[in-house]
Amino acid sequence: MNANVKKVDYAVRGPIVQRAVQIEKELKEGVKKPFEEVIKANIGDAHAMGQRPITFFRQVMALCTYPELLDDNKFPEDAKNRARRILQSCGGNSIGAYTTSQGIDCVRHDVANYIQRRDGGIPSDPDNIYLTTGASDGIVTILKLLTAGEGRTRTGVMISIPQYPLYSASIAELGAVQVSYYLNEEKCWSLDISELQRALQAAREHCNPRVLCIINPGNPTGQVQSRQCIEDVIRFAAKENLFLMADEVYQDNVYAEGCKFHSFKKVLFEMGPEYSSKVELASFHSTSKCYMGECGFRGGYMEVINMDADVKAQLTKLVSVRLCPPAPGQALMDLVVNSPQPGEPSYQTFMKERTAVLSALAEKAKLTEEILNTVPGISCNPVQGAMYSFPRITLPERAINEAKAKGQAPDMFYCMKLLEETGICLVPGSGFGQREGTYHFRMTILPPTDKLKIMLNKLKEFHQKFTQQYS
Amino acid sequence: MTENGCEYRERVLTMDTMNPNVKRVEYAVRGPIVQRAVQIERELKMGIKKPFTEVIKANIGDCHAMGQKPITFFRQVLALCSYPDLLEDSKFPEDAKSRARRILQACGGGSLGAYSTSQGIEMVRQDVARYIERRDGGITCDPDNIYLSTGASDAIVTMLKLLVSGEGASRTGVMISIPQYPLYSAALAELGAVQISYYLDEDNCWSLDINELRRALQEAKKHCRPRALCIINPGNPTGQVQSRQCIEDVIRFAAEEHLFLMADEVYQDNVYADGCKFHSFKKVLFEMGMEYSQKVELASFHSTSKCYMGECGFRGGYMEVVNLDPEVKVQLTKLVSVRLCPPVPGQALLDVVVSPPQPDEPSYDTFMKERTDTLATLAEKASMTQEILNQVPGIKCNPVQGAMYTFPRIQLPPKAIQEAKEKGQAPDMFYCMKLLEEKGICLVPGSGFGQRDGTYHFRMTILPPKEKLKIVLAKIKEFHQHFVEQYS
Repeated sequence: MNANVKKVDYAVRGPIVQRAVQIEKELKEGVKKPFEEVIKANIGDAHAMGQRPITFFRQVMALCTYPELLDDNKFPEDAKNRARRILQSCGGNSIGAYTTSQGIDCVRHDVANYIQRRDGGIPSDPDNIYLTTGASDGIVTILKLLTAGEGRTRTGVMISIPQYPLYSASIAELGAVQVSYYLNEEKCWSLDISELQRALQAAREHCNPRVLCIINPGNPTGQVQSRQCIEDVIRFAAKENLFLMADEVYQDNVYAEGCKFHSFKKVLFEMGPEYSSKVELASFHSTSKCYMGECGFRGGYMEVINMDADVKAQLTKLVSVRLCPPAPGQALMDLVVNSPQPGEPSYQTFMKERTAVLSALAEKAKLTEEILNTVPGISCNPVQGAMYSFPRITLPERAINEAKAKGQAPDMFYCMKLLEETGICLVPGSGFGQREGTYHFRMTILPPTDKLKIMLNKLKEFHQKFTQQYS
Repeated sequence: MTENGCEYRERVLTMDTMNPNVKRVEYAVRGPIVQRAVQIERELKMGIKKPFTEVIKANIGDCHAMGQKPITFFRQVLALCSYPDLLEDSKFPEDAKSRARRILQACGGGSLGAYSTSQGIEMVRQDVARYIERRDGGITCDPDNIYLSTGASDAIVTMLKLLVSGEGASRTGVMISIPQYPLYSAALAELGAVQISYYLDEDNCWSLDINELRRALQEAKKHCRPRALCIINPGNPTGQVQSRQCIEDVIRFAAEEHLFLMADEVYQDNVYADGCKFHSFKKVLFEMGMEYSQKVELASFHSTSKCYMGECGFRGGYMEVVNLDPEVKVQLTKLVSVRLCPPVPGQALLDVVVSPPQPDEPSYDTFMKERTDTLATLAEKASMTQEILNQVPGIKCNPVQGAMYTFPRIQLPPKAIQEAKEKGQAPDMFYCMKLLEEKGICLVPGSGFGQRDGTYHFRMTILPPKEKLKIVLAKIKEFHQHFVEQYS
């Protein structure tokens, strides 16, 4: 088989999750365990953990799906208008038609308008917008375009350690070279330009680094980069001739005081034409996170800036082979970027739901950080944004040795025991990358507050017990 | 220095620095002629006068875009799943509600918005397995061999990806028909695999000749490592429905020559011609006995985009893998996990496609009527298309036995061929472009699918509503006669 595929790993759904699923089956069959349910805190799946969808979005989706409902007075006018508008831009007025490969025109226009509003008026060209099957699809497509060369000229892709393992997996599958740059754990996982420089220099000896990927707000780390940092990254990319990929799927998930989301596009353009007319940038967004949590719809988009016109034609050609992204996801994205406005019937409910979701997340981010930091041997950076905590765990020497004897990464060993003893499923830090000799796990902050508290306390108990057991 | 005083700098990503495989990719179904068609539509909108008032997009197998209605029951269930408050609404029949509840129960948090498992919602895979068992006369189907996918294209590309390895003379070769649906050639180009073309027999209704398979294989062994054999049945663009004998022969050939079989069966309900029947590769394989059924590695593909559903936009699909090495299967599962999961609405749709209303259920009558009408209409249009095109001197159309297309052979005058070549255009592209500019009809030239050297074709869908289709066919007839005169 394809040798590259064997090199692919994706920890978020890897071996520990497979074991968790098995345990769930055992529980169903009545096998006795020290717990009654498995808590899947491994994946950023908000709805699976009880978060409700936004009413307005689902109303419009239902109207688009079954237009007979347009005659139903149970639906508000603003939902109906959105649905009609979407259907009018679909072939045969049906979301069952293929759309253009770049995505429904009016949706791309709405996305461009959203970006423009978000970025203080900086223009966005709908023709630079590509709708995608989740953000992952857009990310892989751009990486694919960028991957060329052989041996020493093979494309190198800079990505953070720790990172969301879609990047490492795609790089492995495409046979590109991963160029890791370490985020600074001591400084809230911030990005250090000198570290970018170090990584780049080292990489140039064995590959052709061409692209710099950054996830902001970060996954798994949750850090929200400062504006200064973003400027520095842009300056670095300009200086070192790197294509910038900005993964911004958590752009509404910002919790910590003093933190703010600054889009790469906005900062780029505010830095003036010396940068804004030169730096090649692709920014990614999705319907899976933020306050929507609509992972299953696989909605997403990317905005490409300063892409060579001929390459853009190749990009359009490439995405045409798969025909189009799912139309329901496109419709959903339209609603996300074109949500109820003040004065519209659905506005109040919409805002209430949105605010409730985001503030619950902010609460849980804080709660998580607080509780974990009361555990000796666990050190948790502030969860400034996104949906995860990535605490550092101190493991006793004996545990590390036992893990190694089993051929297991020490944090996998720890997480497996946690799973078997408490039913809590997390993902070991080794699945995301970390500095040698350090261990972490990634846990989502998504379970409902009460369940989260219970989970964090069980984790605390487990850690103390584990530390004693292996001291 | 550029205009704004900035130093000129070569971009990072240029035609020279980009992935060379991507440059080799072509996909005619949405290629240059369609781009021109879209441009013309814009021009019409802006009020520019043309010899026609609308562009008819007969280039792509998109039923709803051409006016086909969705199946009511399916959309009801999906609406209920999208907005479960509707479960209280008396307007919806009970059978739709119970399907919706069942689907939602199988979703994380009872929501279509949750990720599903990467292989696809288990309950849906079980329903797919049962559908396959019913279709194949009881031959067992293991839900664990089912992978839901983002349309059939997704699964096809995934399997090809797994199969591609080696270098130079040991690079994976993949056998695919000429003509073919250009997803295959595009995917092979992107993956850097070797395309091994085997010619379907135009003089025999586009049937498959084992001798031709053999020829192609022998030839290919000299420069690559043939490993997979792809077959589209019912065929795209040709519409042929292979006989059972043919399918047996292909299986025997794959077994002898140690080839992984990929059976693209997305048009399995689209069979029109008398005497033609859909035989699934899985069924035939198992009916051939253990000597084959335990050995031949097979992946079969299906989709929600075609048949009577036409739900292209939902990107629903699945594949069934048979006799896949268990370790490779683990790798497959791992590979699909990176993209998390196929779209859940598409999975839900697939579920109702494979478990439609039953005779004792409230929605049955309407469902059957809609399904029958759609398929009967397609059959009519298939017949009509073939008849009318065969009346045109210089156009020869094989029977449209199934699928959604006609792929007639067109005779082009030498002067036209000459002019095309001077323009650097494939002669059938030249022809189709003129047809587009003069009549507003958008077809795809045969060169986009592959054809024997020196022959020319176009692919046209049979999807426009009957009356419109008649007009389209009449215009094509006019155009062809005029074109032949013009270039004689």
